[in-house]
Amino acid sequence: MAELSAGSAHAAVHPPGLRHHFEDMEQQHEAGNLGMWVFLVTEILFFGGLFAAYAIYRSLYLPGFEAGSRLLDVKLGATNTAVLIGSSLTMALAVHAAQTGKRKALILFLLLTMVLGAVFLGIKFDEYATKWHHGLVPGLKWAPDEEMYKNAPLGSVELFFCFYFFMTGLHALHMIIGFGIMTVMTLEAWGGKFSAEYYAPVEVSGLYWHFVDIVWIFLFPLLYLIGGRY
Amino acid sequence: MSTAAVVESPAGSRVHYLNASYGIKSWLFTTDHKRIALLYLGSITFMFFIGGAAATLIRLHLIEPTGALVQPETYNKLFTVHGVVMIFFFLIPSIPAVLGNFLVPLMVGARDLAFPRINLLSWYLYTIAALLALYAVVSGGVDTGWTFYTPYSSTYAHTQVIATALAAFIAGFSSILTGLNFIVTIHKMRAPGLTWFRLPLFIWAMYATSIIQILGTPVLAITIVLLAAERLLHVGIFDPKIGGDPILFQHLFWFYSHPAVYIMILPGMGVVSELIACFARKRIFGYSMIAFSSLAIAVLGFLVWGHHMFVTGQSVYAGLIFSVLSFMVAIPSAIKVFNWTATLYKGSISYEAPMLYALGFIGLFTMGGLTGLFLASLATDVHLTGTYFIVAHFHYIMVGGAVMAYLGGIHFWWPKITGRLYPDGSARFAALIIFVGFNLTFFPQFVLGYLGMPRRYAVYPAEFQVLNVMSSAGASILGIGYLIPLIYLIWSIRYGPVAGPNPWGAKGLEWETPSPPPTENFEEIPIVTEEAYAYAEPEDVHG
Repeated sequence: MAELSAGSAHAAVHPPGLRHHFEDMEQQHEAGNLGMWVFLVTEILFFGGLFAAYAIYRSLYLPGFEAGSRLLDVKLGATNTAVLIGSSLTMALAVHAAQTGKRKALILFLLLTMVLGAVFLGIKFDEYATKWHHGLVPGLKWAPDEEMYKNAPLGSVELFFCFYFFMTGLHALHMIIGFGIMTVMTLEAWGGKFSAEYYAPVEVSGLYWHFVDIVWIFLFPLLYLIGGRY
Repeated sequence: MSTAAVVESPAGSRVHYLNASYGIKSWLFTTDHKRIALLYLGSITFMFFIGGAAATLIRLHLIEPTGALVQPETYNKLFTVHGVVMIFFFLIPSIPAVLGNFLVPLMVGARDLAFPRINLLSWYLYTIAALLALYAVVSGGVDTGWTFYTPYSSTYAHTQVIATALAAFIAGFSSILTGLNFIVTIHKMRAPGLTWFRLPLFIWAMYATSIIQILGTPVLAITIVLLAAERLLHVGIFDPKIGGDPILFQHLFWFYSHPAVYIMILPGMGVVSELIACFARKRIFGYSMIAFSSLAIAVLGFLVWGHHMFVTGQSVYAGLIFSVLSFMVAIPSAIKVFNWTATLYKGSISYEAPMLYALGFIGLFTMGGLTGLFLASLATDVHLTGTYFIVAHFHYIMVGGAVMAYLGGIHFWWPKITGRLYPDGSARFAALIIFVGFNLTFFPQFVLGYLGMPRRYAVYPAEFQVLNVMSSAGASILGIGYLIPLIYLIWSIRYGPVAGPNPWGAKGLEWETPSPPPTENFEEIPIVTEEAYAYAEPEDVHG
């Protein structure tokens, strides 16, 4: 890059993957990790606005929220929770494989993570389709059967579904972005870019993936399990 | 500054960041923080004059009580454009994205920011957002005010709300990425020996600002997404039809937008700390108090948003707590002002152009801060809220504070950025014109507001005309004041005398490298052995 037009005698002895403005691999590694953590703090606040609004409305309109929650499919939600926790495991194994320089294991675990991510998105899509079919999509197709929400106030049920689609939609968007990141990681691992000395991108991508999983760990009970069914 | 020893050969014979490569591509694909700072400088200067044009039209319109220029609907669009452009596209990026981008790596002794490509990405995001905002302006404008309050914005407005909100959303991400880059750079890339308490106070201010950027901006982002979705789908969480609360929008909006005030003013405080120490030739008084007061402002800033909502019907008890917390922000702010004045005490002060801006900042910021106390008090706020008093108050902070500091900083580091000096006489003259024009513009607005003239109205009772004409006259002086630096700074790039590495005799790592700095900033990464502002103490001078 043009960054180093002059005064760099150390270019020849660079370890692979070290960018020129860092002094050494350790500094670069720490900077990358801290950068992702700071980004995740931003993400927490991004979702946090939604969670705060959810908390306020749920305390105001609990019956409507419970009625809305009962319209969700707990089995699919629980399956997806298990799928995502599984994907966190394969992601952690992928990072471990990267740290120990095992290229084949790294590729395998990255692919497994992507498969589990795709399963999650598939199930999510199926749930959305069912909601569409039942007329439970605020703003686009809102025509719920009176049977479905019983005596609960219809407005609050619609409010609940606004939150359901915003929160899970935003989460799904993060999953899709994560899927893209994992695709890039897999291709780079395929190309032999990573080694026991240089694996920071895998580690940082893993942080992101775990964060997205954790968001779901909060979404699942708040959306699926509040109906007082159990 | 004419005494600065010119140890450089004339610029051009040495390779530096400006002449290391040529052509439009070398700028649009640069990852050099100094070049990105200049890209930002160009973009935000352009946006500043767009926002300024809207302000000019507003002040022209208000010369007549019945409105001299435009229809009321157009007037609404004018103050919205002025607010959106000045806040999201000028004030928030101004000092961080221009001076911070240029100076943070230089001041901490690094070769670049931690993530140079993300830094470039943030400029592209800013540019896309700015273009989108300009598109919204020319394709019909937006009339909600920069605050986008629901339900007007979500349901009733017939203007370009979504495009404008999306522009603010994208600009927000640009701001987040800048803050992220600064935090990591300050944590991980300081030169050997540069401990936290040896950092220049500008760095502490940028650090505090970055914390607000990464914590506050995402909340605005999600709020804007919710607003845009509600407008698009005709149903959403702020919609009273289904039990939604429009006031919740205000809570979420001000949770960011009050701290955003500190995104705009904290960097200015950092600049002023540098200027005061340099031109008083003294170690800054109460270094750690100034450093921690920046962090205190960042933290307290998140706890006071409710003072924008005293009259929205929020609970009296909430109002009480927000009022008390708002008063507490005065403490760290006052600590800064007292420490700056204590630094001046017995300093050997010289009145170079940057120093004039710094002194102007202290006076105007103090006035803006003190009038803020009237608005933090529940009883007086009921009378003053929504009037020109509040307009005057925040313009004393934002224009009298942040813009003064920005201009002071630009004048201080211009020789470092370009390698050239500007004509000192013109610079001092412009600083004076701006100070006079500013006060003539905004002081009458305190009186207007106290007398009860509401903000955002296109017409007003005839008895307010004298003060309004005074304000408009001041605005034209202020406008001229802003044009003068534009002319002589551009002139100086080509014709200004060569500055040398340290024309002010200032302390700090950025002055130890040539002007303009080489692409990699330092031939060799410096080793820091002394504290910041190690100017010779005046006692030594007096012997």
